[in-house]
Amino acid sequence: MSEKVLMKGNEALAESAIRAGCRYFFGYPITPQTELAAYMAKRMPKENGVYLQAESEVAAINMVYGAAATGARTMTSSSSPGISLKAEGISYLVGADLPAVIINVQRGGPGLGGIQPSQSDYWQATRAMGHGDSHLVVYAPSTVQEMADYVYHAFDIADKYRTPVMILADGMLGQMMEPVVLPERKTEFIEKPWAACGHDNKRPHNVVNSLYLMADDLERLNIERFERYAEIKATEQRSESFLCDDAEIVVVAFGASARIARTAVKRARENGIKVGLIRPISLWPFPERAIERTMDTAKAYLSVEMNMGQMVDDVRLVVNGRRPVEFFGHTGGVIPTPVEVYIQIENLAEKVGA
Amino acid sequence: MQQPTTLFPLPSLTLITGHYGSGKTNLSMNLAIDSARQGRTVTLVDLDLVNPYFRSSDYKALLEGEGITVVSPIFAGTTLDNPSISGAIYAVIDAASENGNCVIIDVGGDDVGATALGRFAKNIEAQDHRMYYVINRYRNLTQTPQEAAALLPEIERKSHMKAHGVINNSHLQYETTDETVVDALGFGEETAGLLGLPLVCTTIPETLVHGKTAASTLTETVKNGYAVSILVRTPW
Repeated sequence: MSEKVLMKGNEALAESAIRAGCRYFFGYPITPQTELAAYMAKRMPKENGVYLQAESEVAAINMVYGAAATGARTMTSSSSPGISLKAEGISYLVGADLPAVIINVQRGGPGLGGIQPSQSDYWQATRAMGHGDSHLVVYAPSTVQEMADYVYHAFDIADKYRTPVMILADGMLGQMMEPVVLPERKTEFIEKPWAACGHDNKRPHNVVNSLYLMADDLERLNIERFERYAEIKATEQRSESFLCDDAEIVVVAFGASARIARTAVKRARENGIKVGLIRPISLWPFPERAIERTMDTAKAYLSVEMNMGQMVDDVRLVVNGRRPVEFFGHTGGVIPTPVEVYIQIENLAEKVGA
Repeated sequence: MQQPTTLFPLPSLTLITGHYGSGKTNLSMNLAIDSARQGRTVTLVDLDLVNPYFRSSDYKALLEGEGITVVSPIFAGTTLDNPSISGAIYAVIDAASENGNCVIIDVGGDDVGATALGRFAKNIEAQDHRMYYVINRYRNLTQTPQEAAALLPEIERKSHMKAHGVINNSHLQYETTDETVVDALGFGEETAGLLGLPLVCTTIPETLVHGKTAASTLTETVKNGYAVSILVRTPW
């Protein structure tokens, strides 16, 4: 067991990726993610790994494609506008069934937006990160410890299902410092018989590609991939439930806004409101079962986000009209305060008689 | 005899340098507030051009409430990620040694952050000044005295200035206990020894000095202890 150290979220993502066996990092600087790349630049040479600052985000994601095709554990990171640039390459990774880890330390948008924290890439990450029938597994850590734990886990999930995995963090989590226990170095990795890493005349050569000119072939592959997605939905939902057993008001929040919501929920409990918090950790697959379990006691739901209301759609899909679902948030880099969230809880409780 | 947890005597101009994330901003704000409460005319200069969040400029209202003047990079607190230094810094430095003034410069982390100090070196050296090097035994990548000592020559080279002392700011934020502080005492002494510099002080969280742990013998165990409050905060 490693001892506790103090780290920035961005550094924890980088160090933990190295411990998960990532030896190929391709990046491009952008605030508020830059410490991650800077850390990799310092550490990778000492691990006999590759740190490469590409000429652009587009180049970086295609380098990830190349490294992943050889079976290596590889990662790239950026912040919102840079992630949009990577979108084409991410769709190619999905189309070629390549495992890779992509970090998005979100900032305000759209466009160049601003450098303050945001969660406004939720739709992009969970709905349309790339063109085509595609999904990524998306994790939303809410502490520096979870930044370390989930990037480590992400590499395993990527290899297991042959899919890109995204860590959807935000500037607050990337920049803040907290004590963290880093994971042990990973030493055993699964076989990748599909990798294009030299056949030595002992097997047919492997082709890694996302181009299928015969419609029937492409449809068959998409159907097979969606069977994998179904398995991911069945087995990889992750969330944390806080004070939900008797909750009449259920707050749903992820990442940094979940930490704000938790403070508000505690205060509302002290004032006698039966309120709980569901914190989705996997955003795709969305933790539908955790929400469903609260349905017996819940009278209303409140989604708290640092955007104009995005995850609230997924909450509504699960609730499916059976209860009211409301939204509260700030956007553009403005962070909701615990007091504001508390007032929303109190108002909603009054409205539905909780 | 000096109280074990009070402010050590500050010169007219104090420079706080150190590893990225060693706690320079929180320490600088504590020094500024304590000096202001002693009746000095305090100016805190935020010279951090590296860090976009959690910088002393973010706490301007708190500091100004204590009567402290805050000088920030021109675009600090806006969403413009532009490393522009305020021209006002020259005026502040040149007037530092005037009667009762106390200027504290919160420098950015590592040699990269210290680069911004270089252009002021000549002006600073004309004043009564001290440059301190902040270390934290629990900070990833600077956990041994050797690692912690290795960074200072780089900072000195980029800033064109020499450090006068080491401040042991070893902590684990809210998880800091008496043991956390005591376990890092040797680290502080060894790092200072390797650098051939005096250990100016060792910080102790205010809550461990005056808090519920009344049985704490920390202030007796720690030589030159300085009690600091956690002022750099998250929004929850």
